Amino acid sequence: MEIIESKPDETILLLGNEAITRGALEAGVDVATTYPGTPSSEIADTFSYIAKYLSKKSKKPPYYFEYSTNEKVALEVAAAASFSGLRSLTCMKHVGLNVASDAFMTYLYVGTRGGHVIVTADDPSCHSSQNEQDNRYFALFSGSPMLEPTTPQEAKEMTRKAFEISEELHSPILLRTTTRLNHARGAVKLKKPLKPREKGHFEKSPMLVTTPAIARIRHPELLKMLEKAEKISEKSEFNEIIEVGKPKDWGIVASGVAFNYVREAVDDLNLNVRILKLGMTHPLPKKMCKEFLSLCKKIIVVEELEPILENQFKALIFEIGCKVEIYGKSTGHFSRLFEYNPDIVIQALTKIFELKNPIKKPSKPILSLPNRPPALCPGCPHRATYYAAKKAQPKGVVYPTDIGCYTLGREKPLEMADLLLCMGSNAGTACGLAVATDQKVISFMGDSTFFHSGIPPIIDAVHHNHDVVITVLDNRTTAMTGHQPHPGTELDGMGRPAKKIIVEEVVKGCGVEHIEVVDPNKIKETTEAFKRALEFKGPAVVVSKSPCILLENRDKGKRGEDIYVYEIDQEKCRQCKICISRFGCPSFYYAEDGSIHIDDQQCNGCGNCTEVCPFDAIHKKGVRK
Amino acid sequence: MKEKTNIILTGVGGQGVITAANILGKAAVRAKVNVFVSEVHGMAQRGGSVNCTVRMGRVTGPLAASGTADAILSMEPIESLRYIGYSNKNTKIITDITPVIPFTVSVGMEKYPPVDEVFKEIKNYAKLYKVDATKIARDAGAIITKNIVMLGSLAATEVLPFSKDILLETILENVPAKFKEINTKAFEGGFKAIKK
Ligand SMILES: Cc1ncc(C[n+]2csc(CCOP(=O)(O)OP(=O)(O)O)c2C)c(N)n1
Ligand code: SF4
Ligand code: SF4
Repeated sequence: MEIIESKPDETILLLGNEAITRGALEAGVDVATTYPGTPSSEIADTFSYIAKYLSKKSKKPPYYFEYSTNEKVALEVAAAASFSGLRSLTCMKHVGLNVASDAFMTYLYVGTRGGHVIVTADDPSCHSSQNEQDNRYFALFSGSPMLEPTTPQEAKEMTRKAFEISEELHSPILLRTTTRLNHARGAVKLKKPLKPREKGHFEKSPMLVTTPAIARIRHPELLKMLEKAEKISEKSEFNEIIEVGKPKDWGIVASGVAFNYVREAVDDLNLNVRILKLGMTHPLPKKMCKEFLSLCKKIIVVEELEPILENQFKALIFEIGCKVEIYGKSTGHFSRLFEYNPDIVIQALTKIFELKNPIKKPSKPILSLPNRPPALCPGCPHRATYYAAKKAQPKGVVYPTDIGCYTLGREKPLEMADLLLCMGSNAGTACGLAVATDQKVISFMGDSTFFHSGIPPIIDAVHHNHDVVITVLDNRTTAMTGHQPHPGTELDGMGRPAKKIIVEEVVKGCGVEHIEVVDPNKIKETTEAFKRALEFKGPAVVVSKSPCILLENRDKGKRGEDIYVYEIDQEKCRQCKICISRFGCPSFYYAEDGSIHIDDQQCNGCGNCTEVCPFDAIHKKGVRK
Repeated sequence: MKEKTNIILTGVGGQGVITAANILGKAAVRAKVNVFVSEVHGMAQRGGSVNCTVRMGRVTGPLAASGTADAILSMEPIESLRYIGYSNKNTKIITDITPVIPFTVSVGMEKYPPVDEVFKEIKNYAKLYKVDATKIARDAGAIITKNIVMLGSLAATEVLPFSKDILLETILENVPAKFKEINTKAFEGGFKAIKK
């Protein structure tokens, strides 16, 4: 537990996300909330980890932390803490802010008392996301101040400072990161954590009830706050002009991780430039930017994704009426797509400065290399559910899906995912398909997704009697993002006992009349359940209950129980290949002679393949070593 | 000392690539060398190909440019070739020799090239060091110390801007007391595999 047990002034290696948590601890954060999502997850997981660690040592964690039901709830819980004078932090992935945005947009009108830092972790290149939206627009859209760190050290400092700015402005503040910061490690020098408050107190005020009349009073206040924020931005230590060599005409404007690539490239290419490094990017320090423009004849704007700084600099040039030339996305030197890297930045700079690119064309392997796409784990209960559903209705069914491990069911040989927008969309789109077509529909969502946003569309299906089958894959965890708890688990994010919400009881409460609760490891019974659900006219819900096998095996390990692996009886095997080419557990492989085997090291011992094999050729082999 | 040191670590999810990168980062902090580490989380971990970057010295960020790796440390043969774009002719490519067959190959959708051809091709681009890390780790007492074996081999190639001892101390500080002996054996085994 270096992150809390190291001495102040010590320097330790931290992940960008851990540095944000540490920054919040140094600021004496009282309440932290989240809904998990890559690349933000480790910020909250670190809060969770520390709380459990301290509780085990019978120490009281210095803060309250929760994995909330979804991002909107997370924001609301923390906002109320802030109204009560406490310091709070909410973290989420970029698309999480879409979910929280209804609360967020009006929150800016209302403002805060205790500092509230909202971390939005963007994911350029969609490493683990359904889109690469640029959430810097949310700062402009809502009028929220925003900070963008470049390194773990800066992430920690900015988080600390963000609480102060938030309190000075009485406004929530965005800390916007990208994957390459969240998942980068660097040396971080620690400071002494402030002592958190124990409890806040909510002072009533008519300004906290945003009726139209109050909103009309608050909107001008929001604009005034932004004027004040601009003054902070002008003086911020996070905005600076760096001179490299003997700069004359050229300037470079950069923010976020793009700055890192620029800083090194400028050295490597021996350029003489001024760099305007922007850390507080909303509102921009206009005076500072104008001064910078007055020093340059040409500027290059280097920012990942949207031309947000570039457009603002164009507007500034127009305001001043100067003739500074701008190079960036509009001149085609940089792309609006995907994350940048040193190659991209060096290539663009060498082109603009008409230099020889020092990077030779990278070697590419001549041998063709097999891919390693992510797959459902061996023994994953989702595979069994998919296999059973597919058997129930082999042709023509449409499978709207959702976001989680089970999205991997899109791959061959299962191919059980046809439509996906966002979390919760499976059931909403299922309803739409039932209205628009005569096709049969079976949709799938995980349990964490069910609680997050899957319930309202089920209510829609019941109220309008849509003829759909909606499946909840209840594996008792939020697996995809790192096995976080959710409202259906027995322990909360601080490791304390929590009331476990039962999926089928909620579904029943929504008025669903046909509910099937199945164990997917009994494949035949599960198939029968799907058949009955399909026959039912109107909405039917199948709750498929079996824990994620990784968690189950971890628990077995802790209890000292054995895990049994399976093998194929070569005498009985007739090479029908169903286990490989229809079921597709990744533990199966072909030997050189074409015979089929199970890899001991990979088999997780679910035993489902025994039911899949029509010739009874698969059986228990022994304990996994 | 070199101004910058770039190390690429590659392998398959579950082989301890991220742990190895993390240990290198911690060793650099211990040696008071500036360091950045880049990791992959999320989707890439479900059995996928994993790559991390460790950069030390006069660097400002965690990603390296193509052709600038001082070493590529790979826990699996084809994974070293997959990231060959980071190499130049002086790059030291240190790889374990035991293939991990992707399921796309085991189910017959794709082919795994003959390992000898993989090694032959690597030699066209860079300096190859083969290590039977799986065997060394098993002999040391635990197959999961394979990443530690590889770190021992890396220390022997003299690309690191700090001493072998600092790396070993960092490793031992990060494992429970009862595993210290196994890890020391694994590390020294890896070291000797390169420096006979
Ligand atoms: C709005 C939003 N928040 C968070 C995420 C990140 N995320 C991806 S999948 C997932 C949940 C997965 O849990 P579950 O539905 O239980 O499925 P499992 O992975 O356990 O199979 C989350 C939170 C997201 N994609 N969108
Ligand atoms: S982590 Fe769990 S839920 Fe996800 S694919 Fe693996 S077994 Fe399935
Ligand atoms: S028992 Fe069969 S289906 Fe289950 S993990 Fe092992 S090989 Fe795969």
